[in-house]
Amino acid sequence: MRILVTGLGTFWGSRIAQALEQQPEVDLVVGVDTREPRLPLTRTEFVKADASYAILRRMVRATQVDTVLHTHLEADSTRVSGRRLHEVNVIGTMNLLAAAAAEGSSVRKIVLKTSTLVYGSNFDDPYFFRETARRTHPATTPVERSLVEVDALVRDFVDDHPEIAVTSMRFANVLGDDVTTVFSRMLRMPIVPEVLGYDPRLQFVHEDDVTRALAHATAHEVPGTFNVAGPGIITWGEACRAVARRRLALPPVFTGAARVPLRLARVIDIPPEVLSLLRYGRGVDTTAFVDAGFEYRYTTPATVEAFAQARRLERVVGTPPAYEYERDVEAFFRNSRAVVHPEG
Amino acid sequence: MAASPEKPLRLVGDDAGATAAIAPAPDEELTLDELLRVDAWGRSEAVRALARTLYEPVYRHWLRAEWEGLEHVPLEGGALLIANHGGAIPSDAPVVMHGIETELLRPVYGLAENLFRQLPVLGTLWSRAGGVPAHPDNAYRLLHDDGQLVLVFPEGTKATGKLVRDRYQLRRFGRGGFVEIAMRAGVPIVPMAIVGNEEAMPILWKSARIAKLLGLPYFPITANQFVYGPVLGYVLPLPAKFRIRVLPPITFDVEPGLPRYNRGMVMEQAERIRSLVQTEVDDLLRDRRSVWRG
Repeated sequence: MRILVTGLGTFWGSRIAQALEQQPEVDLVVGVDTREPRLPLTRTEFVKADASYAILRRMVRATQVDTVLHTHLEADSTRVSGRRLHEVNVIGTMNLLAAAAAEGSSVRKIVLKTSTLVYGSNFDDPYFFRETARRTHPATTPVERSLVEVDALVRDFVDDHPEIAVTSMRFANVLGDDVTTVFSRMLRMPIVPEVLGYDPRLQFVHEDDVTRALAHATAHEVPGTFNVAGPGIITWGEACRAVARRRLALPPVFTGAARVPLRLARVIDIPPEVLSLLRYGRGVDTTAFVDAGFEYRYTTPATVEAFAQARRLERVVGTPPAYEYERDVEAFFRNSRAVVHPEG
Repeated sequence: MAASPEKPLRLVGDDAGATAAIAPAPDEELTLDELLRVDAWGRSEAVRALARTLYEPVYRHWLRAEWEGLEHVPLEGGALLIANHGGAIPSDAPVVMHGIETELLRPVYGLAENLFRQLPVLGTLWSRAGGVPAHPDNAYRLLHDDGQLVLVFPEGTKATGKLVRDRYQLRRFGRGGFVEIAMRAGVPIVPMAIVGNEEAMPILWKSARIAKLLGLPYFPITANQFVYGPVLGYVLPLPAKFRIRVLPPITFDVEPGLPRYNRGMVMEQAERIRSLVQTEVDDLLRDRRSVWRG
């Protein structure tokens, strides 16, 4: 198996590359990104590219990869601004799909990491979105619009290229020991924000289950679209009680205006799509991916509990220093004859 | 580091899925977390228990609800309960939910217009008390996957927005969506005929213009407002005697799980059930000597 990972410099790209390196049936892992890898990698080749992945076509042909893992879809709009979101998500995916279907391409499988944001969050939503369910209202925020557009691109691609198996995975909000998301940032605050009078049903997926789910879709033939969220639900109030934090009530009207001072004071940036989640929540049906052979390690409540335990430990012992990619060091370990590689 | 991933998981879907009987108050002390725990549908047994305690005097002594044929409500498995609807702010939903939960110790989920969900506090309370937005996917999952009792008023707001002179004249049963859901989920429909709901909060007059302005399905002036005042007149029911007649369950001889069912057959069944309920309502009205004493 020869695998190309997009977004190697993201948390997920690095994580999944690390997991793939361990598997003997994987012959080659090539990663592309604008940024450097975030974790130490032993045999993944890293190529720097621009955000829209214009060089992908050449890379696919040159490396003869059979599988593409597209982790470079941005679902956190606090990290990337509106215009760049479009560039990364829509144009990036467009180039990736074009490269995969180009003449001479050896790609037979594409796995995408997208988000349950494609369903939105509204008062008249079903409580458990199935993969076939449609949004009840059109997308209004840039990140949701771009992911919905990616969805449409993928749908067309599947119709046009039946010879390539596409697995599109919609992940719920992620919590874990290491990953930083809007929700993990909110739950780390001494006073956790909520919208007054609302206590929404939410789902979380553990960061380990995210990597395992991506690895499962890479290793098995599971074409189609799948929701990935820890089974069960938790309310925002329950999640706050699990981390034992007090809550700051945002007003139920003009909530959007209330987030501005919080952002300007650099307390927290709560994007609009998360504000609507704090009001109406979201649940997705998780049976399809389980039927496809995946076993969750964490339910939604267990994910929150694991996060709360990690926070308690962190408060005592602090956070370990983050890994920093150093090109010369990596080149040394990879290429120098001084390094002894164990057999196997 | 984190919770050991190997430790056995408590899959939440499991305890919510079983047709849980309402447990009588346990002896041991519950922690705050357990007390505030909600199920997959946002329903909280603690909030329901509180609501039952508060509503019991209204149910028992004010509306004096009386049941016939309660044995037709199944003690296990999914079933779709349907009934005629009436009253500006209808009392029929809380009466039916309260009655079945206290008599049969089974939770009832009430599907309703999701107007409430947009309101802070009220929306949350409504959901904790067993209200679920009326989306076909929600109904199917509750009935088929979770095997629960689901209460639906097929007439919707067309019934509750009736003027007092139109009372007990059943409106169209929607587009028959409730029949289709029951067919797909493979569960029986249990029809109920209710009297008392219309007189508990009759609408004397309504303004289409104000309703449109406020984005409401109707804006009523109720008889209750002349008794209790302009605000409480939207909350407190008049002491109309409630009678609820449960009819034998209706099952459909179709294959469950299909994405679509024959439109004509669905509409025909919906109309059949509507006229069945109308007949029973008329029958109950024939026997009723007094609105207040029954």
